[in-house]
Formats: sequence, structure tokens, C-alpha cells
Amino acid sequence: MKEIVVISGKGGTGKTSLSAAFATLGPAKVVADCDVDAADLYLVLRPVNTHEQRFITGQKAVINEAACTNCGLCSEYCRFDAISQKNGKTIISGISCDGCQLCERICPEEAISMVQSDRSYWFSGTFRNGLMVHARLAPGEENSGKLVNVVREQARKTAACNELETIIIDGPPGTGCPVISSLTGAGQAVIVTEPGLSAFHDLKRLLQLINNFKIKSCVIINKYDLNESITNQMTEWLKGAGIPLAGKLPFDRLMVDAMLQCKSITEYSPDSELSNEIKSIWKFINEMP
Amino acid sequence: MKIAIASGKGGTGKTFVSTNLFWVAKLAGMSVTLIDCDAEEPNVREYIEENDCCSENVFQQIPVIDTSRCTFCGKCFEYCNYNAIVFLTANRFIRIVEDLCHDCGACSYACRDGAITEKKKLLGTVNTISKDPGTNVVEACTEVGVYSPVPVIKKALAHINSHEITLLDAPPGISCPFITTVAPADYVVLVAEPTPFGLNDLILSAETLRKLEKPFGVVINKAGLGNNDTGQWLESNKIPLLLEIPFDREIARLFAEGILPVKENIIFATLFKKLLNTILTSTP
Repeated sequence: MKEIVVISGKGGTGKTSLSAAFATLGPAKVVADCDVDAADLYLVLRPVNTHEQRFITGQKAVINEAACTNCGLCSEYCRFDAISQKNGKTIISGISCDGCQLCERICPEEAISMVQSDRSYWFSGTFRNGLMVHARLAPGEENSGKLVNVVREQARKTAACNELETIIIDGPPGTGCPVISSLTGAGQAVIVTEPGLSAFHDLKRLLQLINNFKIKSCVIINKYDLNESITNQMTEWLKGAGIPLAGKLPFDRLMVDAMLQCKSITEYSPDSELSNEIKSIWKFINEMP
Repeated sequence: MKIAIASGKGGTGKTFVSTNLFWVAKLAGMSVTLIDCDAEEPNVREYIEENDCCSENVFQQIPVIDTSRCTFCGKCFEYCNYNAIVFLTANRFIRIVEDLCHDCGACSYACRDGAITEKKKLLGTVNTISKDPGTNVVEACTEVGVYSPVPVIKKALAHINSHEITLLDAPPGISCPFITTVAPADYVVLVAEPTPFGLNDLILSAETLRKLEKPFGVVINKAGLGNNDTGQWLESNKIPLLLEIPFDREIARLFAEGILPVKENIIFATLFKKLLNTILTSTP
């Protein structure tokens, strides 16, 4: 089984559009949208969900005012600055609470209880070129990577059960927990960047992270013609660092037009220069030693 | 006034809006602070001339178990809500998984044998990039591989001062790092792209801000690239459209090189001055 993660460091470089293109090229595959914070891949792949499951992201402490004596012990022990006293009342901030449960355990009046955050879901289903696993993180929930783990694990199970060879993971931006969860156990990382100082900086940070995982990786410079001089700098830098450049893609409105039609670029305009280049990039990725 | 600049989707132009706003506010003679809260991938630095580089470290506490004192009672294991303690009773084996520890202190509290002490682990830095009497630019930056940026963001937010304007450049998404950043803001500017992906993520961000009861408005960036669904959605939901920034290859090229378009282009400077005024008059 081959697991390919599409990531970027900086957001908005084109991860999801390229994941959609790869997903719809060649034989049937499993696709997992691990950007649970901004899950957009379903808009293009339009899966028919056959399974839906609630996911508990964590828990929050709530206080029973009637039982609370405002002794202040909980706020003294809370390391997340989540508990304060206002107008003679003890208040727990749902935003700051990390769900560690220490306050509930130490309250001498048993005035604190824990409530589960269960408004997030994950789904699995079929799309026109295989199977898809995706999720919806409820607004404001902790994205600890746990939901990403579930999506990734389900994708692996789905691939194994259905004897599908390739899993494509549309990853989240950044370098934190959700990215780490997406990379864990993957065979290959495809990094999508664009020619800008910000994206360049983020690319270097991301490669630092990937180094810890010893995953083979390659880079795609998307919208390369928006700044050819930075594209050249990036190309030189990658050469020096020994990281293969899988290809460069021009900025093209076709990419957005395809999205507006809920199609991948390779479906919407299969014979365009852009699609041909994406096909050769896909070949490059698959043939990487 | 504290203004957060945020978006669900990455790469819509948060830093573009926050850095250009910073510059027009500074030019207008206002005192202004800009805090880059996208600690996993901070980028404000590329657009600000550095004149000060003081840096403070952000640490978390990590428990250390002294196995010569430990009685292997399992109490710390029971108290840990993050699976950060591996405990095998039969083998008298106990170990901390440092990456999973949230620094809540529950295990230290639980231990009755005095076997747990704490050591410091570096999570990131809060860097002052530029400082003048009227302006202050601060960046939150996590160490690569740190699980959550929230503690570093919180430290950076402590730099909010009495300046007339504080701009908070938020991390993408709608989860904790975003919530932490917008929490102290009086007003939130959501930056969106007029595409199906952009609209989908904008709807989620708007839902989150409504729940938090934060007043907000929307800047549509790269206008002309997608369709008009975003504009229509804003109208039917009575959400103010603060500004539309047309997609322009030349502007994209300049910004990619670390140049602020408001410095180079009069039309852009006027647009952003208007945006700042609209925001300042939008808040209660």
C-alpha cells in the first residue's frame, strides 16, 4: 500500500486542488481529507457518505454555581488560566479550559463536572474514482490531531478491505500536531509551495519537520510564474538541499474554473497544459525511488 | 482597539491585510502594535524592517519521575487525561511521553510519594521584531515539531499594550489557535477568497465568531478569480463586506518579494486607509 501526503506549510498554495487532481487520475484509490479544520476536498469529490460517526474531541469543565463556595482552590491549581473570580462568582472559560480534569478532581464541594465535546463527525463513503474518508471538526474544538488520526486510520482500513493500492492524504497547513498526525506512518510527502518569501520560509520549516520522520519527499512549485525570480531561488535551494522538484505549474484561472464546476482540473480540462504537467508530476511521484 | 485578522482557509491573505493595515495606521500617525499569532508559520517578519530583536523563550513544564521514589501506585497515570504516561503495573514500568504532555500539573498533584518533579521544555519564542515609540511588531514562533502553538500565542498576546490600534494576525482554521487569538479582539476581519473553498471555510469561521459573539466583517481578496456566491452569501446573511481587493498579478509579485503594496501603489494605499476607517467606525 502506498500512502502519499500532500502538505504545504503555508496555506492556500493549492494542496486541495492538486489532491483532487491526483485522486481522479488513474486507477481507483482511497482519499483522506486530513485538513479537518478547513475540509474542502469534498466540494470537488462530492462523496456519497455511507458511514457517519460522532467524534469526541475532548472535554471541558463546567461549574455548578449552587454548589460552589468560591474557595478558589480550582483557580489556584489551573495552569491554563481558565478559572477566574468575577463579582463573587467562580467562572470557567470554555475557551481556555484544556480539559485536564484536575479542577474536577480536587474540588472539595464536587461542584465541577466534565462535559464532552461531541459535535465533530467523521464520514466515509464513495466517490467517482474510489473511496473517501473525511471529517468535520466543530468550530472552536481542539484540533489535537486525534481526529486526523481517526481519518488516516480509517483510510488505511478502507484501502486494506478493498484492496486498493494508493491512499492520497490532503494534509493541513502548519507544522503542528495535525501535520505531525498526517505524516505519521506515511510513505511519501508531496509538498506544494508557491514563489514567495513567506512560502519559502514555511517550506524550510516544514522540511525540518519532515526530516524527523525520514519520509521521502518532493516539491511542487505552484503558480511559479507569479514570481519567476523567487521560483529560480527556490529551485536552486532545493537542488542544494537534495530535494527533488517534481514539477512547476503556471498560475491559471482554469484551476478556479474547475473548482467552480466541482471538478478536478484534470477532469475539467484534461488536455490543457496545466493538466498535462500535473499528469507528468503524478508519474514522477509514483516513480520516485 | 484590538482587531484580529483571520480566515478559515489558509493563504487567503491574512498577513497581506494585517501588514498593509499596519503600515497605513502608522503613516496616519496612530500608535499601533502588530502581533503575528500564526506561530506555526509566522510570516509578518518578511514585511517589516527589523530594528530590534529581543526574544523571550516560552517553556512548558514536563514531569520527571524519580523511579527510586515511585511506588508504582498508578495514581499519576489515572490522573493524566492526555495518555502522556505509560504505566505497566506488573513490570513496574512507568514513563512520560513528553510530546503528549499538556503541562496541566495533574500528575504532580496526584503523586503522594514525592516522586515527580518538573523540568522545562522549550516550546517556542516570542520575538520583538521592530519597536519605536509609536509602533511595536511582535512574532510568536513555535519550535518545529511542537504539538500546540497555543502557549506561545498566549505569551505573544501579553504584548497587547495601550496603543490605539493592535492588529492580531491569526493562524488559519477554526480550532484552538484561532480561538485563542480572536478572544481578546474587539473586532475580527475575516479574509476570504471568492471561490467555493473560500466560501465553505468562511461560513465555518462566521459560525464560530457568532458563537463567540464577536463583531466581524469580511474582506474579499483576489476578487475576480471566482464567482459572486461569496458576495451574495454576505448580503443574505447581513455580514458587512468591508473591502474587495481585486486580484492583480503585479501586486502578487510585489508581495511575494516582501514589499508592501501600500508603500508602492497609491490606489492600494487609499483602499487600505478606507478599510481602516471602516473598521474603526464599525465597532460599538
